[in-house]
Amino acid sequence: MLGISKKDMTILLVVIVLALCAPFILNPFPTGSAMAQFNAGYPDLMQRFVIFGIFAIGFNILFGLTGYLSFGHAAFLGVGSYSAVWMFKLLSMNVVPAILLSMIVAGLFSVLIGYVSLRRSGIYFSILTLAFAQMSFNLAYSVLTPITNGETGLQLTLSDKRYLGQSVTESGSIPVTNFFGLEMRSTYDLAVGGWNFQFNAGYYLCAIIMIVAFYVSMRIFRSPFGLMLRAVKSNQQRLNYTGINPKPYTLAAFVISGIYAGLAGGLMASMDPLAGAERMQWTASGEVVLMTILGGAGTLIGPVLGAGFIKYFENIFSKINDTVLHQWFAFMPDGLEDVVVFIVHPFVGKGWHLTLGILFMLVVTFLPGGLVEGGQRIAKLFKREKAPAVPPSDPEHHPKETPHVAE
Amino acid sequence: MGILEVKGVNKRFGGLQALGDVNLSVAENTVHAIIGPNGAGKSTLLNCLVGKLIPDTGSVMFDGQSVLGRTPYEINQMGISRVFQTPEIFGDLTVFENMVIPCFAKRDGSFRMHAFESVVQEQDICLQAEQMLVDVNMQDKRHMHAASLSRGDKRRLEMAMCLSQKPRLLLLDEPTAGMARADTNNTIDLLKEIKSTRDITIAIIEHDMHVVFSLADRITVLAQGTPLVEDSPENIRGNPKVREAYLGEAA
Repeated sequence: MLGISKKDMTILLVVIVLALCAPFILNPFPTGSAMAQFNAGYPDLMQRFVIFGIFAIGFNILFGLTGYLSFGHAAFLGVGSYSAVWMFKLLSMNVVPAILLSMIVAGLFSVLIGYVSLRRSGIYFSILTLAFAQMSFNLAYSVLTPITNGETGLQLTLSDKRYLGQSVTESGSIPVTNFFGLEMRSTYDLAVGGWNFQFNAGYYLCAIIMIVAFYVSMRIFRSPFGLMLRAVKSNQQRLNYTGINPKPYTLAAFVISGIYAGLAGGLMASMDPLAGAERMQWTASGEVVLMTILGGAGTLIGPVLGAGFIKYFENIFSKINDTVLHQWFAFMPDGLEDVVVFIVHPFVGKGWHLTLGILFMLVVTFLPGGLVEGGQRIAKLFKREKAPAVPPSDPEHHPKETPHVAE
Repeated sequence: MGILEVKGVNKRFGGLQALGDVNLSVAENTVHAIIGPNGAGKSTLLNCLVGKLIPDTGSVMFDGQSVLGRTPYEINQMGISRVFQTPEIFGDLTVFENMVIPCFAKRDGSFRMHAFESVVQEQDICLQAEQMLVDVNMQDKRHMHAASLSRGDKRRLEMAMCLSQKPRLLLLDEPTAGMARADTNNTIDLLKEIKSTRDITIAIIEHDMHVVFSLADRITVLAQGTPLVEDSPENIRGNPKVREAYLGEAA
């Protein structure tokens, strides 16, 4: 079905279920309980999960398949955001034209940067993309202030034209982003027992777009085009002598991942209509590299996992401060409590980067294939336990030993 | 007029004259061996044929068209396939995927944006690749990663990848270098079979005289960048000039 194999269909279904049931899955603890701060099921954070998921899926098409490590993908994200906000300022508050424009502009921009950067490979390619991204950041920050509004960031105002919409609502405020009338911020609260599940329109729009983006990347992975991209990573020399020109393939991969980044940027602006230059900074580019490697570069689902993992840490671990720690360890004797809090303190709150760094190091060292490899190893463990002691004789998988050629 | 015509090719690297006035004509459907001692310019000549190097002067014509100034993938699309000294294959991909790529290259040319079709649904291509694997007796290794193959199997895979494109000219760069005797004999058998079952011209660079004399219809001896003699294997065997080039004047 849908032109994909049974195994891929299973993966796709898992992603669909995870994305659509996220408000339940990410909200396992009742509100008011001590663990409630580990809940991630609020609209703002869930939107970030899927948006960065899209960003990482696109990045993985370039990095995971061709091995070209771009350090400037945040530039496309930023360009997407600016385009979307301009669409809100000039056209209407409907998110569809905004998202389309952000994809188109990011795509064109990536053709330009990709064409120049892809003249080199390896570390030189990475440095070129990094240079371009920093150039874009500085342009957005200062030189192009009329377009980007400099360090304040691009925001909506009451005096915006909005030729197809209204400049000001009847109540005198700035209109909100919507999908053909459905407001992105509208949220339905479902209270069951102690739990409070939130279903947000904006999140579901992002989730559905992410599912489509995931499906498209799956098709690319299984296509002849995807095969050629993997061949580029494996042996460009052989590819050249097999009659294939690697350049257009890598450029196409670069542009596709740029469009994905633009889409993510457009969605970001659609959820919260402002765009700032800091979205293009090199740390933002580095973050998507971390997400992809942490989840598992070159795997289908890895980037999504990595994006979720990092965004969870960023938002949940950073909220744990000393007051919370003292609450946790209140059962200990006074002196010991202070010592434990002192030890744990650097790893939480503002120090969440430290925890993330250690985890990243552990994953890269022991699970080079990222979280996906971890999952596969666990699955293998379970399979081994279940497998019967004597393997069933299966002629197809146990070919007869062929006589050695040297006789 | 041969399928490959090399005329007056010179190539200089700084002060070193790597190739000096090389003339070579490879007739269609023959096996033409190029031999010579180390540093004779064999590999430089080969690199000039496939677009990796551009000669300083002279012309290289394949089937009436010049190959000079063309990139390796364009030359491959003209019908020249190359086997490397150390097998160049896609190590990260499976054997089957390795076989599929040249089939796509043959059908779709140097670039085609087929991002939404599925590889497994391209039945013609898959059948072609499958058949080729059966031909070289590697069908039971189709799911293995190419990097984990033995050296001999890598060579066979590379050869099969080149042959699946049905090239008109196959260039072999020391195909048996570093191989055990048994593997060398297997390669000779494989090449003999290729020669007898296909319309193909083979140009081969080789050190191993056993390989050269059991395969070649015609032999060119290169010495210090210049062709010394070109003749049939029988005549080359007894030629005193060749002995001198290989063994030095004392011999």
